[in-house]
Amino acid sequence: MLDKIILAILVSAIAFFSVYITTPFLIKGLEKRNLTVKDYNRVGGAMVPRPGGPSILFGILASELTLYVLFPTAEILAIIITTSLAFVVGLIDDRKVLGGWFKPVALTVSAVPIILLGAYNPHLSFPLFGSVRIPELYVALVIFMIPVTGNTINSIDVLNGVASGFMIIASFALTASLFIIHNYDIALASLPLGFVSLAFYKYHKFPSRIFPGDSGALTLGAMYGALAIIGHVEIIAAVALLPAVINSFLFLSSVKRIIEHRQIKSNPVTHTDDFKLMATTDKEAPITLVRLILAGGPMTEKQVGFVIFRLSIFSAVLAIVTAFMMGIKI
Amino acid sequence: MKGIQIFLFLFVMWILIIMGGGLLVSIIAPMTITGFGKLDPVLDSGVKALIAIILVVVWIFTLSKIKNWIFHKQLKN
Repeated sequence: MLDKIILAILVSAIAFFSVYITTPFLIKGLEKRNLTVKDYNRVGGAMVPRPGGPSILFGILASELTLYVLFPTAEILAIIITTSLAFVVGLIDDRKVLGGWFKPVALTVSAVPIILLGAYNPHLSFPLFGSVRIPELYVALVIFMIPVTGNTINSIDVLNGVASGFMIIASFALTASLFIIHNYDIALASLPLGFVSLAFYKYHKFPSRIFPGDSGALTLGAMYGALAIIGHVEIIAAVALLPAVINSFLFLSSVKRIIEHRQIKSNPVTHTDDFKLMATTDKEAPITLVRLILAGGPMTEKQVGFVIFRLSIFSAVLAIVTAFMMGIKI
Repeated sequence: MKGIQIFLFLFVMWILIIMGGGLLVSIIAPMTITGFGKLDPVLDSGVKALIAIILVVVWIFTLSKIKNWIFHKQLKN
């Protein structure tokens, strides 16, 4: 047990400090190459470097490879390859403007290593009622899950610090749940996700010094999905992700098709004279989580972010309750 | 507290997930289709998959109705 505690501290420290140290260099490099985008919610529209994906991936690879050297398992290898492939998909999307279908379709390829390495258990476990064995359907679920988690995290990356802050809460809830169901090996492998997000949040929080971009958001989302499958905590992971799921659900149910955010003609959020965020009155604009939060009145970007974090904490608590319920059978 | 309806919506989603799981594990999974020879496993999986897809559609429809009910005021803005 002591060796696992030492290993947990080691991989967490590697994940955190890899991102904490490399991100400032990435920011300088991106600024030097003029790879910046306008922050429309900031007074004056500051130019912010993007993407932060490379430092996020570096942190994940450094920590997961350390774990793999000490415990070479197919599960850790599957997490590493799936996350890296999702990063490549995101990086392509960061560089080139591609259609709304590109990411979901390309991300299905990222899920293939999990299947090829056999790093999954074809049982779907539900709280209170036990599990169901679905060998063929489970393969479809694996292929479906990575694009869903990747795009869900990407869709919530709308305000300064939200994607990384949300990921800190959701991933630590997932780690806690893995410990509760006694899946210690995957709990260890999940620690880097939370610590990488925590280190990146330092630079991504309001006012952002860097944006994660598609490469960053898809990397975080795909790793979360891979952990959910490999750790056999699919339902718990879905519960912890509920605020982001609501955001995607509201968006899709109002636009009724898969499109990129940049393809939206009417913005769901506008600004007041003092540059607070305000829900638009445009009936054509899609309904999003931020628009719903702002329906109560204008708020600053930071305040909206904290409302999303409160929702995430609520979901994290529900996820942990679900993990405890896994041990109860009626 | 601002956005209390969203917390309620989250909670309803959670309940629906648990109920859906219960339905799958307790009723649909134990069902077996026999009498079609070699086609039995294919038909068995196919019918269960179809029921699961129908359940997901019903789940989305229900959520959509609950969303409209919970956020009625906000959606009108």
